[in-house]
Amino acid sequence: MCGIAGILNFSEKRVDPVLLVRMVERIGDRGPDDFGIYTDKRAGLAHTRLSIIDLGAGQQPMHNEDKSLSIIFNGEIFNYLELRKDLVRKGRSFRTRSDTEVILRLYEEKGEQCVQDLNGQWAFAIWDSKRERLFLSRDRLGVRPLFYTISEDAFVFGSEIKSIFALPNVSREIDPIALDQIFTFWVSIPPRTIFKNILELPPGHSLTVHRKQIAAQQYWRLDYAEGAKNLGSAAAHEEQYAGELLDLLVDATRIRLRSDVPVGAYVSGGLDSSFVTALVKKFTETPLRTFSVTFDDAEFDEGSYQNEVTHFLETDHQEVRCSCEDIGNVFPAVIWHTEKPILRTAPAPLYILSELVRAHGYKVVLTGEGADEMFGGYDIFKEAKIRRFCAAHPQSTTRPLLFRRLYPYQPYLQGQSDAYLRAFFHVRPHELKSEFFSHLPRWELTSKLKMFFSEDIKSQVRSHDGYADLRSTLPPGYSAWDAFCRAQYLEAAYLLPGYILSSQGDRVAMAHSVEGRFPFLDYRVVEFAAGIPPHLKMKVLNEKYLLKRCANGLVPPSVMKRAKQPYRAPDGKSFFHGSQLEYVDALLSSDRIQQDGLFDSLAVKSLVQKFRQGRAIGVRDNMALVGILSTQLVVEQFVRNFGDRPFYAEHRAGTASVCR
Amino acid sequence: MQNIEQELRQFVVDNFLFGQPNGHLSSSDSFLDKGIIDSTGVLELVVFLEETYRIKIQDRELVPDNLDSINNLVRFLERKLQHTS
Repeated sequence: MCGIAGILNFSEKRVDPVLLVRMVERIGDRGPDDFGIYTDKRAGLAHTRLSIIDLGAGQQPMHNEDKSLSIIFNGEIFNYLELRKDLVRKGRSFRTRSDTEVILRLYEEKGEQCVQDLNGQWAFAIWDSKRERLFLSRDRLGVRPLFYTISEDAFVFGSEIKSIFALPNVSREIDPIALDQIFTFWVSIPPRTIFKNILELPPGHSLTVHRKQIAAQQYWRLDYAEGAKNLGSAAAHEEQYAGELLDLLVDATRIRLRSDVPVGAYVSGGLDSSFVTALVKKFTETPLRTFSVTFDDAEFDEGSYQNEVTHFLETDHQEVRCSCEDIGNVFPAVIWHTEKPILRTAPAPLYILSELVRAHGYKVVLTGEGADEMFGGYDIFKEAKIRRFCAAHPQSTTRPLLFRRLYPYQPYLQGQSDAYLRAFFHVRPHELKSEFFSHLPRWELTSKLKMFFSEDIKSQVRSHDGYADLRSTLPPGYSAWDAFCRAQYLEAAYLLPGYILSSQGDRVAMAHSVEGRFPFLDYRVVEFAAGIPPHLKMKVLNEKYLLKRCANGLVPPSVMKRAKQPYRAPDGKSFFHGSQLEYVDALLSSDRIQQDGLFDSLAVKSLVQKFRQGRAIGVRDNMALVGILSTQLVVEQFVRNFGDRPFYAEHRAGTASVCR
Repeated sequence: MQNIEQELRQFVVDNFLFGQPNGHLSSSDSFLDKGIIDSTGVLELVVFLEETYRIKIQDRELVPDNLDSINNLVRFLERKLQHTS
């Protein structure tokens, strides 16, 4: 796990190594163990390394014998041993034991099609100096990040946006359209990012740059055509599905334990992480240490379930307690790493947790990420199902009572009268026809936050239609998929990479040089899950039905039975709890809001007042506060004062190895 | 009652519209249809009514007929205040 960065000059002009050093220094957290750079007559590659596999010999950039190919790579190829064996059989020789070299040799063998053979999580760049082609690729689901920008005379890329901003002459400006998208979908739609002219290589894509020609290709996509086809035919095969799935998960977990350093696991107290931990304990010989975060606030704390899991599975366990104050204190650092506005504080405790992991000397953790998306765990899937069921008989007074089965962790919703419950979940006729049916309530609620936009931003985004943007990125055949699969796709293709795996995943883990690995996101598991009939994912209203069947007996019975509780953390109140936070006062002050020009100062003032008086209890108010504050932190740390943050290099020993 | 209507409007504007210009909120506008109120909004409204007007609102009274517009609120409040006085 590492960080990569590079520059390709369109004309023949050597890249200044100092620029490359600056780029990787900015992302030094991603790889504190070593770093290296390479330049030739027009390309420059830089790499900062966290040593996990082949500790002694895996230095990068890595080259082939005649140095016509150079690779920099962030991530892991979990099936590298099998691929290596295969390549050796075909006559390729290897100089190292690293997975990096496997990619390089595979590229020699297969060219750009090499990505089809990889099972892993990656962002890499290969410079083919003979053909003058730069080839970039990002893993299927978007576990590892990759950003780029195109200027008059160069193509510039990096693992994080801050590495690109390290260059002079790259402008740092907020994109109002991206802001509008985040304040609708919680994410911007790739390749768009919150910064104008900074693009993200979407998951499942590769990109080639040859002179000034830049072309992206999608080499893989999540496809639910199979799942829709199987509908209704598979009840008899339930047992078979469960058996096959367990075999796949065992293997996905096994290959994710390949590492030359010890591997840990996160335990949230829910089914998914418990299952992953159980797979390690029961099916491998790996000694396992587990880590978890607990909360002062009982509303969010899952400590008792975590204890049950760690006792049941007899793991060596460490935990860190997180308070509202802690979240308030680390939030600016968290946004420095997320590099985008977020609507929830949930990444903050995970930032604190990765610090704990690192403090115990661990660099790698397995987690349960992806199970809810792939196997149908989220309440939004259940909500869509009930809404459809109610809409089929709009006059029914009993059907809406099913909404009480939703969001058991939201007391305010649970306390509503039947009449209000009906009203809140009322399905309007146009919604039934929408391809976004499942997500309309969430997106419409989130869109309410735009009332806080300044007049200027409102006028800039007025003619923009976020739904049309999203529609234009949907895969062919989407509208023919089963409704449940469409909802899954919207979660898995947008929110998963844009928020769960990035703001809540890679960025806050790598902040402390910790790498996450996700057995549920092995592409074989993902493709298998996509082919499971929807009624086996959620049986009536029993979420993750098939996955639970697989996990039966492997995790504590109480964890199997408990109501689904999504991972959440205290939001707005984290910033108005105990001692006043200086940065909150400064960034939300009317003067500052007016100067930055993104939000309406009067509205923000009323919102802040509502929080200070302890009256802001709703989801909408909390999302608004976190969204506005994180946006202001993005402006402060990236647009206004980017140069002021001390270079990582100042805090570390070691020197760069410069090779030419 | 003119007074109460103004107070209620002020509360809705401050609390749910964050002081934004409210020219478009008419007294008969449904809070639900306009997207002004969500599930916690109902509770915020109830707390405000109970504290400001010293009334006690029963669970069965928490319905849109009583709470879903300025007009409904005024009517509901009039009835409640008559009962208590």
